[in-house]
Amino acid sequence: MIPVNSVVDEIPARPDPESAEWIRVLAVAGPRREAALARLHEMLLRIAQREARRRGPRLLIGGPELEDLAYQAAADALMAITGKLGQFRGESRFTTWAYRFVILEVSAKLGRHFWRRPDVRLEAEDWDRLPGRFGFEPARESEWRDLLAALRRAVDTELTARQREVFVAIVVNDVPLDALAVRLGSNRNAIYKMMFDARRKLRAALAANGYLDDDDSGCS
Amino acid sequence: MNGWAALDRFLRTDPRDVGCAEAMEMLHVYVDMVASGGSAEQRYPGLAAHLRACGPCSEDFEALLAAVRDAEG
Repeated sequence: MIPVNSVVDEIPARPDPESAEWIRVLAVAGPRREAALARLHEMLLRIAQREARRRGPRLLIGGPELEDLAYQAAADALMAITGKLGQFRGESRFTTWAYRFVILEVSAKLGRHFWRRPDVRLEAEDWDRLPGRFGFEPARESEWRDLLAALRRAVDTELTARQREVFVAIVVNDVPLDALAVRLGSNRNAIYKMMFDARRKLRAALAANGYLDDDDSGCS
Repeated sequence: MNGWAALDRFLRTDPRDVGCAEAMEMLHVYVDMVASGGSAEQRYPGLAAHLRACGPCSEDFEALLAAVRDAEG
């Protein structure tokens, strides 16, 4: 992966008029600020509710629990936004910058919520689910059996213990990456980086053994 | 896409991939550019590469884009 901050380039840091107005109003205490905060909260809540309702069922969360999660996400996002107003540099519209906070709050809260499910066990390893995960057809098992056996061997021999743990949780056990980050006391970026390195190692091992092409340009 | 291709695609890594932290830091800029019809992928190839590979960040991207488009009516 390329180093952090390498993507940030020279972006004009002059907010558009509407964004500048948001900043102006939110920066000064008084009734206009209170009204703006109420309006912003309403916008954040609407986004949080929509996202929570969209993602919740997949994680078996619904009803009042999901509504609470949306309200909490909107409240926490509003607090983060007001605390970080000085960091808004005007590279985007203010509202887009603000919406990002609530989207990330919903993701983080759903990740934490995942572990309340009684059926989730990090230690389980159900490798039989792997073919289905990638769409291998049972009727054609003779074509892919050796490939997946080689993949499993590579997981055991090529990866570090931590990389193996992350790979098995995400790929074999279908644990969401954000939820795994919570369980391991880590963060999305660190877990992704671990998976990135694991993927690279596994592909190299499978290519070295003739299962995949040597070409790993990675650009799609 | 068959299983073989899906696995190959999953294991491929793009050296331009900026990772989650950098992608999320610039997500609002990227989304505004996409929403306004700009060439975000060309401007930020490392971020685009990351969104192709990272499910959670891709989901956040889609959610933010939907929120922006919804607000635009």
